[in-house]
Amino acid sequence: MTTATRGSVGTGHTRIEGRDKVTGAARYAAEVPFADLAHGWLVLSTVARGRVRSVDTEAVLAMPGVLAVLHHHNAPRVDTDYIGLLGVPPDPSVALFQSDRVAHMGWPVALVVAETSEQAREAAESLVVHYDQEPHDVAFSAERQTEAYAVDGHMPGVVEKGDLEDRLAASAVVLDAEYTTPEEYHNPMEPHAATALWEGGRLEVVDSNQGTTWVAGELANLFSLDPGAVRVRSEHVGGGFGSKGARAHQVAAVMAATVLQRPVRVVMTRRQMFSLAGYRSPTAQRVRLGADTDGRLRALEHQSLSMTSSVHEFVEPSAAAGRSMYAAEAHHTASRIVRLDVPTPTWMRAPGEAPGSFALESALDELAERCGIDPIELRLRNEPAVGPVSGLPFSSRNLAACFSEGARRFGWADRDPRPGVRREGRWLLGTGTAAASFPAGAMPSTAAVTAEADGTFTVRVNAADIGTGARTALTVVAADALEVPSDRVRVRIGDSDLGPAMIAGGSMGTRSWGWAVTAAAEELRQSLAPGADIPPEGITVRSDTAEAIGALARKERHSFGAQFAEVAVDPATGEVRVRRMLGIFAAGRIVNPLTARNQLVGGMIWGISMALHEEAVRDRSTGGLYGADLAGYHVAAHADIPHVEADWVDDHDPDDPVGIKGIGEVGIVGAAAAVANAVWHATGVRHRNLPIRPDRVLMAGGDA
Amino acid sequence: MPPSTSSDLTLSVNGEKYTLTVDHRTTLLDALRERLDLTGTKKGCDQGQCGACTVLVDGRRVVSCLQLAVAAEGREVTTIEGVAVGERLHPVQQAFLDLDGFQCGYCTPGQICSAIAVIEEHAAGWPSAATGDVRPEAGSPPLSPEEIRERMSGNLCRCGAYVSIVQAVARAAEEKGAVA
Amino acid sequence: MREFGYQRALDVSGAVALLDADPEARFLGGGTNLVDLMKTGVERPARLVDVRELPLNRIEATEDGGLRIGATVTNSDLAAHPEVRRRYPALAQAVLAGASGQLRNMATVGGNLLQRTRCGYFADITSACNKRSPGTGCPAIEGQHHNHAILGASDHCVATHPSDMGVALTALDARVSYETADGPGEIPLADFYLPVGQTPHLETALPPGALITGVTLPPVPVAADSRYRKVRERASYAFAIGSIAAALDVRDGVVHDVRLAFGAVASRPWRAGTAESVLTGAPADAETFAAAAEVELAAARPLPHNGYKVTLMRNLAVAVLSELAEEATR
Repeated sequence: MTTATRGSVGTGHTRIEGRDKVTGAARYAAEVPFADLAHGWLVLSTVARGRVRSVDTEAVLAMPGVLAVLHHHNAPRVDTDYIGLLGVPPDPSVALFQSDRVAHMGWPVALVVAETSEQAREAAESLVVHYDQEPHDVAFSAERQTEAYAVDGHMPGVVEKGDLEDRLAASAVVLDAEYTTPEEYHNPMEPHAATALWEGGRLEVVDSNQGTTWVAGELANLFSLDPGAVRVRSEHVGGGFGSKGARAHQVAAVMAATVLQRPVRVVMTRRQMFSLAGYRSPTAQRVRLGADTDGRLRALEHQSLSMTSSVHEFVEPSAAAGRSMYAAEAHHTASRIVRLDVPTPTWMRAPGEAPGSFALESALDELAERCGIDPIELRLRNEPAVGPVSGLPFSSRNLAACFSEGARRFGWADRDPRPGVRREGRWLLGTGTAAASFPAGAMPSTAAVTAEADGTFTVRVNAADIGTGARTALTVVAADALEVPSDRVRVRIGDSDLGPAMIAGGSMGTRSWGWAVTAAAEELRQSLAPGADIPPEGITVRSDTAEAIGALARKERHSFGAQFAEVAVDPATGEVRVRRMLGIFAAGRIVNPLTARNQLVGGMIWGISMALHEEAVRDRSTGGLYGADLAGYHVAAHADIPHVEADWVDDHDPDDPVGIKGIGEVGIVGAAAAVANAVWHATGVRHRNLPIRPDRVLMAGGDA
Repeated sequence: MPPSTSSDLTLSVNGEKYTLTVDHRTTLLDALRERLDLTGTKKGCDQGQCGACTVLVDGRRVVSCLQLAVAAEGREVTTIEGVAVGERLHPVQQAFLDLDGFQCGYCTPGQICSAIAVIEEHAAGWPSAATGDVRPEAGSPPLSPEEIRERMSGNLCRCGAYVSIVQAVARAAEEKGAVA
Repeated sequence: MREFGYQRALDVSGAVALLDADPEARFLGGGTNLVDLMKTGVERPARLVDVRELPLNRIEATEDGGLRIGATVTNSDLAAHPEVRRRYPALAQAVLAGASGQLRNMATVGGNLLQRTRCGYFADITSACNKRSPGTGCPAIEGQHHNHAILGASDHCVATHPSDMGVALTALDARVSYETADGPGEIPLADFYLPVGQTPHLETALPPGALITGVTLPPVPVAADSRYRKVRERASYAFAIGSIAAALDVRDGVVHDVRLAFGAVASRPWRAGTAESVLTGAPADAETFAAAAEVELAAARPLPHNGYKVTLMRNLAVAVLSELAEEATR
């Protein structure tokens, strides 16, 4: 054995699979070869509501290479009466072909399977489906509030403390403003893809997802299979952002593989992803803040309306963003939904916090302006000592340190607070700031660490690396716990046979998996006698963190951050360019600075993209999206992104054994507000509706 | 008489000749991925709107999703699998690896193929939309971050690794300048 | 995508003959638009005649001091060409403002002129569209028309032409040459695109089966000081919401010669001839530029959600002409 080594954590490591990714050797879900593979192509409805009257399969079955057409008359039956890993029932949208009902435009009505993808595509496009169309309703707007109801999603729907109207009446300054955000789509670069086959009585699925424990469980439940009879693998995942759970492609592939008894691959097209892969609901939000003239809040109200489908409840909990952020005597927050004939929305990077922080952090900026107080100072004056609603202590709260470090590095002290007074050629310049926070949670996971006879260690943990660098992070976490250099540790992930584990989601992946890995590795290290022989099969220690996580003291656990942006606005054309951006975060222990910085910056870039570009437009007449592709739905391109910098301050949580807080989502929180606040500072015009498009800037005489 | 809808052809990829029969509908992207097992070239949108499928054809970067395989006969195709020299990574690949110029890795082969071409295009004196004065008398602008961003804009990265990608392209371009 | 035949044409007459023989055949250039439209089902040709290998890939000086650009010259080669950059910088800038480096390497000059609208209803075959399926209606007028036409549209279609290159060529008085089975022909670009009227599916004045062989630019001395500016909803790799090609010759503070064309506002690149008339001989100042743009835009018929384009085009005209005027005085 070598001498004890710690220090892998906290130093930069290039990605374990990096070489495979830069050489093209890394195989993603649709790239794993299978003999005798057939290709399935989904057929989606062309009406937004109604019933399938008939499916003309005869002509299509006669086309070259066509093997089968599955639809609601002949598809295998599935069971949706269960609660899955994440504690919620399945979205019935994934129970394909179970009835003639069409619940939204782009609802899956059939799967065509053929020998080649070209044949499957042409046959799917040729399939004639007759519908009994019914009137649909997709008109989301703030006016629908009257039909809305509150739902507890992954956050409580409504939280109220104190007498809101009384405290508003007692406030010297009251801000009352409405904000909107549009439909937004995850659009991971890798489309959803799955290959399913039956092998030795087991269902094998090679998929692109954010958690194979999760997806295997959903498939076992849907198809009434023994959990041990399903294996899902997901080695490399080309982005997820919340969209890669149980979806139509896996279910379709399993159905076809079952019917045909051969491997079947189903890949979503980019356009299909706009109907089948989930999205972030549009929001209509209202924020009322009541404050004393010195900016101290007496009342905070945040109401958010989002939409969901007619078949499943999903709430975008935007109003929850402020519950841990600001102290106020009265604190009312409520997230509500209205049901429309649209696809079911889902978690998308910082669900709730991303749109919610746009509204709340814009409102804080407006309040600062009204009170004549610096926006950072306003936030510092409203720092809570304990959870503003819960009354629980914070595990650690270093928001003030983020602002102080960020302000120093950004040059905030030199800022002239007056809007619309800086010009450089055709550009008006401005700067803005906003706060960020995101819950730091952990979910039970298992891991196994094996001391191999050759002196290396194998870690088995069913993590998912969707671009987060989890594989690399867990390698260095294990190396430190084992007190060996990281090159002696191999980590295996992305295979449901590795045992149950948390998904890559909620910024909880690396913390949850890291906890399980640390527990097993430390126990293994302590059990290994120095110099003792390791048997050929190695020595394995397993862990399960369920108990430890259950025993964790109840506290307000969050990561925090301070966002800063500088923008240039051409008032003649309405163009907005972000010139630089800085985010300083307090996000627990940073395992791998190289990949962590990249991920935080990536979140901030999502914020820029959300502020300026992203918007899916729903056509009220057809009920479908207008321009559902990457030319119609703009995500930020290289030219939109200036030098964006992310860094962090020390953030220790003394009673957390791993100290990791998760960094996947906090980067986007507040980022769009920082940009919007900078646009106000540049132009004097407040933009409360995203995205801040050129036409909105151009036509905004007053507030937009 | 209806025309034949498939052809026997020879594709030249990374210096190797592949003879195959293709359905005319098959794009170069699908031929590489489904027929030649060269899966390093990625399908992101299949519509020319993301750049993930970028390869070099006769040394120039193109999106292989809009290039029909049958129309690529007689041209030399270079994919991500063909840019390293043996075990030695291309300088652009090495810079992406060292500077973490990616996250999920799915846009990465396209970004790298594009970047290789960007450095060549710049060296050949091609202007870009970021070039202030395109007149030849104005000379070639340095490959600034702004120039790199504009020239790389046909390659979307949804993870938002743009900052480190630009740094990687700049480093590779510098190295090329240093050895030239 | 439907199955189709493929043939590679080696000479112009052979290409024209192949197309002539099959009414369901289409010419394939770079494929950047056609292949995409075949994937979405908008185009369903039975045969493709690949014209990329035709000897039409040269840029040559004409006797009168202009340039002749072959139809298969790629966008990249056009924008990189020293004579284009020297004599018609707005054309190089327009091409560079379009698409991406990859697409510019594929796309050809001929194909660029013939590219179809990017209207989302046109691209979605489940939707009504008079341009794609005559007589089915235009959902954009009541629906999404944020980026649709404000000039020259009709009750039947409000789609815009997406080309950047075409805007510069229009300002530069380019002529399009073509070949048919009956011989060659030429059309001024100004007459190349048909008025929308009741027939938005009829887009160009090219005779049936014609192959574009090239574009000829006359000598345009004023074009040595020309510029293309494009506004879009992200900084690159997006279609215009408004663009402008302008050339300006100012002598003693007075506009001696001017060229002006607008992009993304009509079913074709829009030559701002009315504005040019107002400008010629007038003082080269922002007030005149604004007045000239307003006269041109008086014909605009904006819909409820694209009225911003009137303001945008006015501001763009003032900004770009002012820039050119200021540079002329340096």
